[in-house]
Amino acid sequence: MRPGAAVVFAAAVLGTTATAGEIPLADRKSGYEFMARETRAMQDDDTANPGMLWVLDGETLWKRNEGSAAKSCADCHGDARASMKGVAARYPAFNAARGRPVDLEERINICRTEQQQSTPLPFESKELLALAAYVGQQSRGMPIEIADDERTKPFLQAGHELFTQRQGQLNLSCAQCHDDNWGQKLAGAAIPQGHPTGYPLYRLEWQTLGSLQRRLRNCLFGMRAISYPFGAPEYVDLELYLMWRARGLPVETPAVRP
Amino acid sequence: MARALINAPAKAKRGEIIEIKTLISHNMETGFRPDNTGKPVPRDIITDFICKYNGQEIFRAELFPAIAANPFLTFSTIATESGTLSFEWTGDNGFSATESVNITVE
Repeated sequence: MRPGAAVVFAAAVLGTTATAGEIPLADRKSGYEFMARETRAMQDDDTANPGMLWVLDGETLWKRNEGSAAKSCADCHGDARASMKGVAARYPAFNAARGRPVDLEERINICRTEQQQSTPLPFESKELLALAAYVGQQSRGMPIEIADDERTKPFLQAGHELFTQRQGQLNLSCAQCHDDNWGQKLAGAAIPQGHPTGYPLYRLEWQTLGSLQRRLRNCLFGMRAISYPFGAPEYVDLELYLMWRARGLPVETPAVRP
Repeated sequence: MARALINAPAKAKRGEIIEIKTLISHNMETGFRPDNTGKPVPRDIITDFICKYNGQEIFRAELFPAIAANPFLTFSTIATESGTLSFEWTGDNGFSATESVNITVE
């Protein structure tokens, strides 16, 4: 296929809802549905869900003054329970200053450097995960709604291309597992549809909270592909596409996964 | 300071069996893992947990390196009288955390 034809084809796939290979919207379900009863119970009970420990830390950090501006998140945004409601359901979102979409962690760091005049928090640091979990939890139960407009379209397409592109020594694409074979088993584990509904989430395998980028690196490692560095635009494009693909599913942050 | 979450009923009938759930944030570093340079990361775990009901010990657990991070312990007791349930975790490197909740028994 000519390169031009590939772009047209990707655009056609994104423009319609039920193309071969894609999961029909009515059949889309969260990874929660594939979990054991015990793991579901852990997520459902806020005093048994370890992700809540990060949410509590995030609540403290939200009110703490940071940087040379000595401002806290609350100084600008007030009570997160009102101001952050629904925000995580729309992220990654287009950032005009950057000219591209940014994910929630990146957005928090933009606030840190520009508003609080502080240093950005490192990826996967306890503090960044705690703030993302606290902001994410305010959208719990709300449907994921990613803007699908002229500004985000090129990035959605780039994400879709990454999702369907074969890579790594195993020569696999994301779609081969998560579109074509969801519900089957890979060794003993169920293959979910790959909807990022609950990030940052507590993974029992990690024994800690982790971001969607960390999870994507896991998949790339499993495919024996080279993973991108944390914060790479490729991840954000993929996050954007995956969230768009999960549109309508409720946010579960902080979720628990095996 | 470690975060802890306690789930115990605020009210119970006398003689009722109540379930208590505790969750605490802790890395539970086993001491068997190497770091980037190949040297083992020193062990850092919670070693003991004690629950007291109005000062009297009702549950005790010893924890070991094979126990997962952020230990979640659940146990039950009989509601005998109103008062306080207190929880204490101690561990390596002088780790110590306490929590308490009140219970009303009718």
